[in-house]
Amino acid sequence: MNYRMDGKKIFTILNYLFLIVLGLICIAPLLNTLAISLSSASAVAMGDVLFFPSNFSLDAYAFIATRSEFLTALNVSVMRVIVGSILQMLVTFISAYPLSRENRDFRMRTVYVWFFMFTILFSGGIVPLYMQVKTLGMLDSMMALVLPTSLAVFNIVLMINFFRILPRELDESFRIDGAGHWTLLWRLYFPLSLPAFATILLLAMVGHWNSWFDGMLFMNQTENYPIATYLRSIIVSFDFSNVRSEDAALLASISPRTTKSAQIILATLPILCVYPFLQRYFVTGLVLGSVKG
Amino acid sequence: MKTSSDTARMPVLARLRMRFKRELPYHLFLIPGIILAILFCYIPMIGIVMAFQKFTVFKGWFDAPWVGLANFKYVISMPRFGQVMFNTVYISVLKIIFSLLVPIIVALLLNEMRNRKMKRVLQTAMYLPHFLSWIILGGIILDILSLEGVVNSIISAFGGQPIGFLSSNTLFPGVLITTEVWKSFGFNTIIYMAALTSINPDLYEAAEIDGASRWRQIWHVTLPGIRPTIILLATLSLGNVLNAGFEQVFILLNPLVMDSGDILDTLVYRLAFNQAQYSVATAVGLFKSIVSGVLIAVSYYLAYKLADYRIF
Repeated sequence: MNYRMDGKKIFTILNYLFLIVLGLICIAPLLNTLAISLSSASAVAMGDVLFFPSNFSLDAYAFIATRSEFLTALNVSVMRVIVGSILQMLVTFISAYPLSRENRDFRMRTVYVWFFMFTILFSGGIVPLYMQVKTLGMLDSMMALVLPTSLAVFNIVLMINFFRILPRELDESFRIDGAGHWTLLWRLYFPLSLPAFATILLLAMVGHWNSWFDGMLFMNQTENYPIATYLRSIIVSFDFSNVRSEDAALLASISPRTTKSAQIILATLPILCVYPFLQRYFVTGLVLGSVKG
Repeated sequence: MKTSSDTARMPVLARLRMRFKRELPYHLFLIPGIILAILFCYIPMIGIVMAFQKFTVFKGWFDAPWVGLANFKYVISMPRFGQVMFNTVYISVLKIIFSLLVPIIVALLLNEMRNRKMKRVLQTAMYLPHFLSWIILGGIILDILSLEGVVNSIISAFGGQPIGFLSSNTLFPGVLITTEVWKSFGFNTIIYMAALTSINPDLYEAAEIDGASRWRQIWHVTLPGIRPTIILLATLSLGNVLNAGFEQVFILLNPLVMDSGDILDTLVYRLAFNQAQYSVATAVGLFKSIVSGVLIAVSYYLAYKLADYRIF
C-alpha cells in the first residue's frame, strides 16, 4: 500500500513537471522573439539573448515607426479586418437563418445545403480563382481580400447549429404575433445568438488579420499588402538599402534579426489583445460545432 | 393563419403559389451567399477546363486551344512529380497521426491534474500558437532554428555542433511535423477535455469500488468515454491526406530542402506564378482537388456512420 502511494506521488510530480515544460515550450519561442526585439543588435549577435532582453533597447521599434511600408500595411489590415468581418458576419447570419429551418418549412433547403456543401468538397484551386479575381478586375483592390472570404461555409454551419438549439416555441410565438423575418432576425435570433455571434466574429477578425496568402496572390503593388503579407516579404528577405541617411545612426543598434522580431511582435499584439475573449467564447463555439445538425 | 386541413382542400396550383409566397423570403436571404459561391467557388470550378487547354494569359479561356490530357501526361512525366507525391503523403500522414495521438495523451495527463488554476494556465499557454498565423510562427521558427538561433546556441552551450534544421533533407520533414503538432495540439486537447468532462463521474466511482486501478480506470472508463470524439477527429482528418499544409511549408521551404519538402501545393504555386505554366498547374490542382474531394466525402460518410456526425 505504502509503495503504491509513493508511485502515485511520483507520477503526480512527473506529470506536473512534464505539462509545465510542455506549456513553456508553447510560449518560449514567442518570449525569445520578444526578448530579441528588445535587445541591442550586438547582444543578439553574441547569442546572449534567451528569454530576457540583454542590453535593453527600443531602437528596433523606433526604426519600424519610421518605415512607411509597415504603417501602410497596418492600415490595409485594419481596413480588411473591419470591412471583411462585417461582410462575413452579415452573409453568415442571413444565410444561416433560412438554412436552419426545418425541411417542411423550407422545401428547397436540402438543395441549398448541397449547393454550399459542394464548395467544401471541391474547389477549382488557386489558379482558376486567381484568373476569376483578375477577370472581375479586383487585383490590387480591397475587394479581393474581403469578398471571397465573406462566404465562410463552416461558420454558417456553426451558426445554423446554434439557431437550432434555440427553443422553437419562441420562434412560433413571434410568428403568431405577426413578426416579419427581419423583426425575427434582429429581435429574436440576434440577441439570443450573441455568444455564437461573438465567437464567429472573433474568428473572422483573427482570420482576416492572419491571412497573408490572398494578399500575396491578388496584390501586385506592395503598398496594397496587408500586414501579414508584408511580414512575409520581410521574413523572406530584408535589406537596409532604402534606409534614409538620418536613420543611419540607428543602424548601429539594430539588425535584421531585431527588426524582424519587433515586427513579428507588433503583428502578434492584436491577437494577444483579443485572446482572453477568444478563450472565453471559443470553447462555446467548439461545443456548438460538435452539436449534431 | 390557415390550418393544414384548409390548405389540403385548396387546388394544387394555389397551394404551390401560397408555399412559394411563404418561402420566398428564405430564398431572398440566400441570394448574397449564392452570388458569392458562384463568383468565387463555382466559376473557378468551371475554370478547371484550363487543365485541358494550352492556356495563356493573353488568350483567355475561350480562345485557348484544347490539348486533351497532354497537361496530365506532362505532369506525370515530370521527374519531380513522384517525389512531390511521396513528400505530400508522407508529411501529411505523419502529421495526422501525431496530431491525433498527442492531444489525447496531453488531455489524459491534464485530466489527472488536480490544481484547477494551474490546469487553466497551462491550457491557455498550449493553445496560443493555434491563433497565430504561419507567417508569425514561421518567422519565429526560422529565427530560433537558424544556425545562430536560440536552439543552436543551447546546443553549442552543451558542447554540441550546430544543426542545420532547415537545410537538411533528413531533418526538414521532422521540423514540419513537429512544428505543426506544436501549433495545433493545444486546440485539439481542448476538444478532448470537453469530452472528458462529459463522462459520468459515477462510472469512476463504480470502477473504484470494483477495485480498478487508475490505469484500468483510464482504459475501461476514460478511453471508451472519449471514443466517439477520437473516431470523429480521426475520420475527419482523412480528408487532409493530400493537404500537407501549404502555408507552413511555403514559408519554411528553401532551395536546400526541395527534395524533402516540396509538396503538391507548393508545386502548383511555383508552376503557375513563377513559371506561368497555368494549365499544367491547374492540372495538378485538379488532380489534388478530385482526390481530396473524394476523401472528404468518404470521411464525412464515415463520421456520419461511426460517430453520428452530420455537418449540416
